[in-house]
Amino acid sequence: MSDRKYELVYVMKPDATEAEVAEQQTQIEAIIARVGGTLEKTDPWGRRKLAYDIGDHKEGFYVLHLIAGSGELMKEIDRRLRNTEGLLRHLIVRVDEHERKADRAKNIRVEDSRRRRVARGLPPDRQPGEGPQAQDGDDDDRDGFDPTEA
Amino acid sequence: MAFAKKSGPAGKGRGRGAKATGDKKDGQRRGGMFRRRKVCKFCAERIDDINYKDMRMLSGFVPERGKVLPRRISGTCALHQRKLRTAIMRARQIALLPYVTD
Repeated sequence: MSDRKYELVYVMKPDATEAEVAEQQTQIEAIIARVGGTLEKTDPWGRRKLAYDIGDHKEGFYVLHLIAGSGELMKEIDRRLRNTEGLLRHLIVRVDEHERKADRAKNIRVEDSRRRRVARGLPPDRQPGEGPQAQDGDDDDRDGFDPTEA
Repeated sequence: MAFAKKSGPAGKGRGRGAKATGDKKDGQRRGGMFRRRKVCKFCAERIDDINYKDMRMLSGFVPERGKVLPRRISGTCALHQRKLRTAIMRARQIALLPYVTD
């Protein structure tokens, strides 16, 4: 049920104390515990400049949470954050589908390149020391072009 | 006959390059200036994930005024421009990027 992943970013007032930031987090954890879900990651970005003034604030304290849970849970968190004082902005984004799509695109590309390599009679994966992008490639297989000569 | 004569040599040259010669987008312009062919940055660098948190990447597509850099200038492909737009709109919501700057 609760197999969705969400990202929650919120911006607190820059004058928020550490206790207030912690308090905000415990509140969110409480909601998660009540409705069901897991808090997977917390990443406080810290204070940064806002791109535009909000009220009379020019800075904000950013916090990012990664939450696995249901839509109901996020709805509840959203509702709560709306009514929270000391919060300038918040944003909830569903990320699992997006990640899946990105993964799929990557897989398609990798398989494509493998197929093409096999069609050219090469092993499916790039061998160490092969190609121009090879990190530790010591130019064993010369192709007539020496970059150091140029 | 005149028609055939005219279209002969022109038709031969009408490959990909020749077609573009008259085009605005072509490299050689009247002043002798070259314009590089634009390539979608996200296709070229194989970025699958256009993320609203990646400010360093996004700010390259948001000029001074705060608007989204149009496709005709950046050369981004339609798919990635759409994703880019979503990312920029999200970044604006949490004040990572401006809506307008004047």
